Amino acid sequence: MAVLHLGVGASRRRRRRSKAQTNMSDTPDNAPKHCPGTASEQAGKAASCQGCPNQKLCASGAGKKPDPAIGEIGEKLSSVKHKILVLSGKGGVGKSTFSAQLARALASDGTKEVHQSGNGWSPVYVEDNLAIMSIGFLLSSPDDAVIWRGPKKNGMIKQFLRDVDWGELDYLIVDTPPGTSDEHLSIVQYLSSTHVDGAVIITTPQEVSLQDVRKEIRFCQKVKLPIIGVVENMSSFVCPKCKNTSQIFPPTSGGAEKMCADLNLPLLGKLPLDPRIAQSCDEGRPFLREVPDSPAAEVYHTIVQSKAMPIFYLFFCGLCCSGVGGTAVKCVFILMTTILLHSFMEGKKKKYSL
Amino acid sequence: MQAGAEDNYGNLALVKHVVLVLSGKGGVGKSTITTELALAFKHAGKKVGILDVDLCGPSIPRMLCVGRPDVHQCDSGWVPVYTDAQKSLALMSIGFLMEDPDEAVIWRGPKKTAMIAQLVSDVAWGELDVLLVDTPPGTSDEHLAVLENLRKHRVDGAVLVTTPQAVSTGDVRREITFCKKTGVRILGIVENMSGFVCPHCTECTNIFSKGGGEELAKLTGSVFLGSVPLDPLLSASVEEGRDFAESFPNSATFSSISSISQVLLKSLEND
Repeated sequence: MAVLHLGVGASRRRRRRSKAQTNMSDTPDNAPKHCPGTASEQAGKAASCQGCPNQKLCASGAGKKPDPAIGEIGEKLSSVKHKILVLSGKGGVGKSTFSAQLARALASDGTKEVHQSGNGWSPVYVEDNLAIMSIGFLLSSPDDAVIWRGPKKNGMIKQFLRDVDWGELDYLIVDTPPGTSDEHLSIVQYLSSTHVDGAVIITTPQEVSLQDVRKEIRFCQKVKLPIIGVVENMSSFVCPKCKNTSQIFPPTSGGAEKMCADLNLPLLGKLPLDPRIAQSCDEGRPFLREVPDSPAAEVYHTIVQSKAMPIFYLFFCGLCCSGVGGTAVKCVFILMTTILLHSFMEGKKKKYSL
Repeated sequence: MQAGAEDNYGNLALVKHVVLVLSGKGGVGKSTITTELALAFKHAGKKVGILDVDLCGPSIPRMLCVGRPDVHQCDSGWVPVYTDAQKSLALMSIGFLMEDPDEAVIWRGPKKTAMIAQLVSDVAWGELDVLLVDTPPGTSDEHLAVLENLRKHRVDGAVLVTTPQAVSTGDVRREITFCKKTGVRILGIVENMSGFVCPHCTECTNIFSKGGGEELAKLTGSVFLGSVPLDPLLSASVEEGRDFAESFPNSATFSSISSISQVLLKSLEND
């Protein structure tokens, strides 16, 4: 099994952490306007620290110590064999298509609730071997939106990684919002004491999307996150009536194929656009089981059979066929789509003291 | 800080209307709709500005084919980049300020907020009929920062972009809640990628289903501005930075864009 290892030697870890803390404005929510950052050399000593309630704490150097949660998360996730992030710089390219399918299924059921046990929140099991945890579960209504700034989102992510009772797992797949911002930095930072297999990057063929995805690749390189490969989604469209193929999002700059060749990354596959995928996602039905004759289904099978991608087998089969093939593999998904995160109700904030 | 607020007012003083383009969901076509609306306004004889605050993925420069020009400074701030000789379409984007186009902006909230404050207040827009603000998906730091800084001048309202499927309208419902909570008027909802007409057999397929935007508008009591079909010619136009209105003035896609822009313009002017 081709599993990539994230080199997290102690020195590198320390270097990365200190960089994260100085360059990435690690300031609390209620910090004064020109807060130098709790981990900086100036913490508690700068002019703007005058009058800040945390001045003493910062001056004592407590802020410079690494977040103890990083170690706790490492311990908590030690029973999870593989951890994979699903990333894309561009929104709407299909990162959550499959995750959303699950979320919808759960939402329409309406009876699933996140329980709190002595070990933390329990994830919701949709199949014997597939559980998910999403901020969406903690919402009370589909209209809920909380408008959160970075630090609050980071707190939520920390809580998800540390306080959810994952148990024994083979795979943990983390779905992320588009971009290269707070959520992404936090996940990478919080997972720094554990072994992360790498990231799968999703794109669509057009340059407008690729230009954002290149930034995401640069992000992975900067934070030393290995890239398992790239998937091109919505590559072509097969008319259900005449079966002819058209390109809705033309690969004017050569698509993911050229980008992968240029950047020396494996292209895991190209998925055609099939209206039946969107439909089954909306209705929360497993697509591969519903329309096994679709050209898209064929490509999924090619991807999952590719040697580089045993993980994808689990990713797609886990979500789409849910257990087909008799895999006794347990997966857990964390859904961290920005909006779901935002929608986490303000009322709950008090309850879980974020 | 006081002086900053005045400057801010100064640079936006001659901007008549400010419209935000929002969507809870990514990749639904906010930037495409922003670009096409701006071009439609321009063809209607208006002076238009676009402020691209999608820090992690600025797309507008490519869609308007302006490349990566140097941004010049003048007494009152950064000079926006004009896409035409008549200076009727001005653009300012974070993309212009990056040295390497592939460079990732890996910033946490506070830094993004500061950058946006500067983008909002330090651009010498001059006289504009409409300033369109293209935003990243979600309801987070960027959106709050844009609102906080634009509020000092004016915000006419927001255009919400969605695709028809429930997965997308679900996210946009949350964006509507964001607008209500922050007191931003919803000027209307645009449904993008509404249906795809097969170029081989002219069969219209609703790839991402249909009618979600209109339903959402009804459900939330908002104006439905119209739907824009999924058109490979439109995606090719924005890819290559061509003016869709000039290339395909007789297409059904253009007529829907143009009708959306007229409704929007009317609602701005009657306000």
